Amino acid sequence: MGKAQKIWWGILAVAMVGLPFAAGEFYVNLLSQIFIAVIFAAALNLLVGYGGLTSLGHASFLGVAAYISAWLFLKMGWSHLVIAPIAIIGTTLLACAFGWISLRATGLGFLMLTLALSQVLWGLGYRWVGVTDGDNGLRGLTRPQPFGIDLENATNFYFFALIVTAVALMLIARFVHSPFGAALRGTRDQPRRMSALGYNVWMVRWLTFVYSGFWVAVAGMLFIYYNKYIHPSSLSLTASAEALLAVIAGGAGTLGGPVVGAVIVVLLKNYVSSYVERWNMLLGFVFVFIVIFMPEGLVPGVKRLWLRFFVKPVVVPPEAAAGKEGQP
Amino acid sequence: MQFWVVQTLNSLALGGLLFLLSSGFSLIFGLMRIANLTHGAFFMLGAYIGVTFMKNGVTNLWLAALLGGLCIALIGGLFERFVLRALAGNSQGQVLVTLGVSLIVSDLCLIIWGGDPIPIPTPEGLRLPLKVLDFTFPAYRLVVVVIAIATALGLYFLIERTRLGAMIRAGVDDMQMARAVGIPVSRLFTTVFCLGAALAGMGGIIGGPILSAYPGLDADMLPLALIVVILGGVGSLVGAFVGSFIIGFVYTFGIALLPDLAYVILFLPMIVVIAFRPRGLFGKVSA
Repeated sequence: MGKAQKIWWGILAVAMVGLPFAAGEFYVNLLSQIFIAVIFAAALNLLVGYGGLTSLGHASFLGVAAYISAWLFLKMGWSHLVIAPIAIIGTTLLACAFGWISLRATGLGFLMLTLALSQVLWGLGYRWVGVTDGDNGLRGLTRPQPFGIDLENATNFYFFALIVTAVALMLIARFVHSPFGAALRGTRDQPRRMSALGYNVWMVRWLTFVYSGFWVAVAGMLFIYYNKYIHPSSLSLTASAEALLAVIAGGAGTLGGPVVGAVIVVLLKNYVSSYVERWNMLLGFVFVFIVIFMPEGLVPGVKRLWLRFFVKPVVVPPEAAAGKEGQP
Repeated sequence: MQFWVVQTLNSLALGGLLFLLSSGFSLIFGLMRIANLTHGAFFMLGAYIGVTFMKNGVTNLWLAALLGGLCIALIGGLFERFVLRALAGNSQGQVLVTLGVSLIVSDLCLIIWGGDPIPIPTPEGLRLPLKVLDFTFPAYRLVVVVIAIATALGLYFLIERTRLGAMIRAGVDDMQMARAVGIPVSRLFTTVFCLGAALAGMGGIIGGPILSAYPGLDADMLPLALIVVILGGVGSLVGAFVGSFIIGFVYTFGIALLPDLAYVILFLPMIVVIAFRPRGLFGKVSA
């Protein structure tokens, strides 16, 4: 990490910690929502960006984690401390199963399978009234109180979500930069060569699917703590599409992209829905716009423009360029 | 006994509607390698446009279905020519655009036709139940099944016995060779997309008296079509036909017998097929 980079990270950290003391509760809550979307998008990006597997059903894992948590709390009366690991492990097991089914195919087949599976869960959310309360959703939840800190307080929740998000992003970055992450990118770009090199391409993809599902489950826990309410719409195609849009708008296959994308999607959603109830249409238009005009996403797009206009081109000798190719 | 007869007929009718929806999806996927997620929206839009025709002078449901199908074909054709074509070769981008457009269309329908379900009247003469022996059959559902079978035969004839069909088959099997021997693949794409869209739109209107037109119809139908296509295999007409009726039965009886878990039961045939035949029952191309 260069010196300039360290300074930027320092500034960002100070800003994130200091913000709740400067901004009002509205903005603190908005940022908490952004954190949830950031974890979700960053986890989805592992598959979409680094694995080359576009999942259109990742809202399943967020919704299922939230539903398990809500159901155990309301119907069984268990404590948050017991529920949280159960919900996360349960959802991760679901990701194991969904990954196993979906990865029977790749490319568009994978996309269709993840979509079909998630839509089945969405239908279940509406119809299985005995468990999910159908269209009414599950309400009447509380936020947990880890170490006696009351998360009902917006600022406390903000710091809780901030810590979880920071840990999540660090571990996701760690995953991407690990040898396993390199293998994952290999299976995206050259699956046959990776297979010839002795990598189990299917296993690499499946483990990534499960890891991604795990982090979406964590996002789901934050989601249910924040909203204290869960409705089948959290399992819907729109919810999956929002996360996918965050990944693609920001830049799939970059660490910063999904973060930027999630910020944009949440801001857009909050800003627009406070004026008109046309979020779905806007989401659709943004999708079409991004795919047609900015397919690489904002972060790589802006970076390219930045390099073109503000950084003098460095001529790289061919040997050095060739040697660099293998590096992540 | 009456229960089983009626449910069987309901299953067949749903299967027929699913065939109208999924045959187009499957053809488009097979030829163009596009998972057209607007297909559910086409189905819903067809139902809405059809009911609008019927409220404005076109009293005949079949005529409304034809007109509605033409409208959807036109919309589909424009969409293919001007949007999807711009992304040729980028199949992931195309899927995302179809997703975006499906969100736009369903929201537009909500703006134009409102949030209340609009019932589509059953045609005169088919309203009375048919009595055979001791059983009563809802006549309209029988007609839907007949239409689906006729459409299936028509499509089969089109694909297997005509020049256009031969070109489509060539395109599905090997696009580059088809181009090389002078088949106008570009025009073929538009034709097939229009055809698939028209089938979906007509399905929406013909299904109207059973399902009615309501917001969310697209989201209800699209997953069923996806499961049908995954089950039957992409690009296979026979697969779409068999898959439609399997899902029609599983879903209808699931709803009737275990209403809470009908959606989970939908999983089962799909998982069994995916486990043993990832390409689907009749699939030739892998998705």
